[in-house]
Amino acid sequence: MSDSSVQVELPHIPVLRQGKAYTSLEKTEITRLGSEEKLVEISQANAGLIRRDFRKIHKAYSVLQEIPSADLLKMSKEAGEIFMNGEVSMFEGGKPQGPQDYMDSLSATSGLPYALIKRNMAKIYQVFTEMEQILAGLTRGMDLSIIDNGYGQQGGVNVSFFPVTQALGVVLPSNSPGVNSLWMPSLVLKVPVILKPGREEPWTPLRIIHSFIKAGFPPEAFSFYPTSHEGSGTIMDICDRALIFGDVSTVEKYAGNPGVQVHGPGWSKVIIGDDEIENWEKYIDIIVESVVANGGRSCINASAVVVPKYAKEISEAVAKKFADIKATSEDDPNATLSAFANPKMADYIDAMIDDGLETAGAQELSANYRDCQRRVEVDGRSLMLPTIVYCDSVEHPLFNKEFLFPFVTVAEVPQSDVLDKIGDSLVVSAITHDEKFIRDLLSCSHIDRLNLGPVPTNHVEWDQPHEGNLFEFLYRRRSIQRSQS
Amino acid sequence: MSTDLVEETALQAASDALDARVREIIQWHFSPETGTPFWLDWASKANFDPLKDVQSASDLLKFDHFQDDWLRFEQPERWVPKAYEGKPFTVFETGGTTGMPKQRIGWEDYETDYYDYAKTLDDKAFPPGGYWLMMGPTGPRRLRLSIEYLAHQRKCSCYFIDMDARWVKKLIERKQFDQAKAYMEHVIDQTETILKHRKVDALFTTPKLLEALCERVSIIDDTDIKAVFCAGTSMSPQDVRFMIEELLENEISFVPIYGNTLMGLASSKPLEPEDNFSISYYPPQPRAFTRVVDPKHTENVVEYGEIGRVELTTLTKELFMPRFLERDEAVRRKPCRLYPWDGVGDVRPFGASEKKIVEGVY
Repeated sequence: MSDSSVQVELPHIPVLRQGKAYTSLEKTEITRLGSEEKLVEISQANAGLIRRDFRKIHKAYSVLQEIPSADLLKMSKEAGEIFMNGEVSMFEGGKPQGPQDYMDSLSATSGLPYALIKRNMAKIYQVFTEMEQILAGLTRGMDLSIIDNGYGQQGGVNVSFFPVTQALGVVLPSNSPGVNSLWMPSLVLKVPVILKPGREEPWTPLRIIHSFIKAGFPPEAFSFYPTSHEGSGTIMDICDRALIFGDVSTVEKYAGNPGVQVHGPGWSKVIIGDDEIENWEKYIDIIVESVVANGGRSCINASAVVVPKYAKEISEAVAKKFADIKATSEDDPNATLSAFANPKMADYIDAMIDDGLETAGAQELSANYRDCQRRVEVDGRSLMLPTIVYCDSVEHPLFNKEFLFPFVTVAEVPQSDVLDKIGDSLVVSAITHDEKFIRDLLSCSHIDRLNLGPVPTNHVEWDQPHEGNLFEFLYRRRSIQRSQS
Repeated sequence: MSTDLVEETALQAASDALDARVREIIQWHFSPETGTPFWLDWASKANFDPLKDVQSASDLLKFDHFQDDWLRFEQPERWVPKAYEGKPFTVFETGGTTGMPKQRIGWEDYETDYYDYAKTLDDKAFPPGGYWLMMGPTGPRRLRLSIEYLAHQRKCSCYFIDMDARWVKKLIERKQFDQAKAYMEHVIDQTETILKHRKVDALFTTPKLLEALCERVSIIDDTDIKAVFCAGTSMSPQDVRFMIEELLENEISFVPIYGNTLMGLASSKPLEPEDNFSISYYPPQPRAFTRVVDPKHTENVVEYGEIGRVELTTLTKELFMPRFLERDEAVRRKPCRLYPWDGVGDVRPFGASEKKIVEGVY
């Protein structure tokens, strides 16, 4: 134990206090996955500093409010080009970061292979460049000048909207860069952001921030606080509107708080109706993609398949497909699996699955088609191979479990009972043409996103809201009447 | 660190003074004429004779660590030296962070500690004849009387706003954060009222309470406060920098202190740019001294600049407390010109403790 300072000068990421860089006396270091090599040191904001800065948030808010939406949309497009192809300065005194540097850093600390990073980059690029379409989806096609003026006409009716917060707080995870797409529209909706990055993933939010700033967004609109648990709590506390990503306990903690949108486990599912179950073989690829896309790390990845019959046959068929998916090095162009930033997490999940399999009624079919353990090491990185478990009942403890890798359970439930049994589901891809069943699905209150037909659960249309509508979260409509005189 | 260059003679003088103090206090507590019942009983069963075998600070290693429970379960009179028999004493309590509070009895020790300390304060930051405000744990703590005595030594008077740290600790342990926040607001409400209607020159408080107060008032624009004493919870260099630069805007004198009911008051060496906001505290040697020890081999001190557990020895006629392991860990700091003996820096709760320490707002 020593308080001697670090000898080697590492690149340093400062705190951003409403756009102003700040070097803290408390710093953390991130190492390359599977090695002791230090890659970067990151200034940490103390909770008091975050609270202190928030006293001036109205200034950042005012600056952003002054810029016409049309200009912000143009800048967002330009920011997309910078994000995808340009260089940004995120290191204090260090060299600019290009797209390859970004991918190298992200892969080295988060475990994401380059192939998945590229897909996530493309997704974020789309959010930058198709912002107009996204906002049209969120506002139901409202003319954005109504946001500029505070009122206007929509469909021949007077409307007025006002922001209910001066900043959107976001406590981000480390598991997938794509989640950043959720807060990005806030800037064009003229609400500054206060971000707390995931420990291993400062790269994506920072690159997005600096791309926005380089394209002309006011720096004041961006606060970036790598911080402790106390600091995260402070962000959630001070912002009237906040997004947080977490597990079931996080969901429970903020349940019923209208100022907090929680993105927890998705428990997304593929359901096949009675009318299509005889064609199950046609849908195996849809199931595989729903489970495996983005390394199986997203809440929109399927964690369960529910069918009226053929559960075992479907499990076998998916298991055979899973056997083709190999653990690869991070730079393999066909890589589909992500390494775990914390190898102990892989051990823990592996043991949890083994424990679950001890309870009668579950069978891991993927084990029959691979010649190694579920948990593997490649170049010192820990990975988990895609896993499918057949359950003889939805009551089995493993059914619907969600892990940070491609894992899915399959069970049989009669169609008439399925909506009572599936529980909360962020995405349901329902493969059916049965109109009555479709009506039941449409009126089911515990399904958030509904895909009708053979659509993978991870498919995202940008004009559709995700887990709540950000515009409705940030703005409220008021009645407005103006006299003619 | 420029001011850390200490003359060899000063080091030797401090070391000699400490050894002399050890001999004096051992004689006092272990002699039948003046001794303390607890220590006399202890010596009758010990495998060495303190009167003969303890002649210097290093000889104190013959003692095992002083046990918390002695101050919890031995009756107060067991600690009264014969020479003080019949003289009413004050009972002070520790914070209770590590479990059931401990009691220390005393007569004039706290006055002695603070009498010496009062002389070190700067007249500009602590103008004589003014008013002070203490916002923090009062109750049975030695600190309550000490601060008032210190104010009096500076010809000042002191307002008090109590904060029951034990209640806050319970609220935090029970995860009743709303209640803890409401209680903090209650403390700040009272403080704000005093600051609104009374002229206060100096504030004594904890880092968390200072921050909460600064959420409500600007110390510079809204008050007459010229100096802030800060003590209680651990303060990282970033915390210190935040308080100095952001809360006090580099205009208010910031005086960190470290201490407790068992030690008295440790002063801090004035911060210099090269300290990078890392505070070094120095115990009131020879009345008390600290060692920063290897947690696994507590007979050994760690090297300068390394982190270890704080071990406290108190050497007064009112209390002899050898080798008490504090709840804190710290960096061992070199002697400096102002205090030519070992100090402690970056003090924080001892990380390897089996129990989770809740610091709360104190």
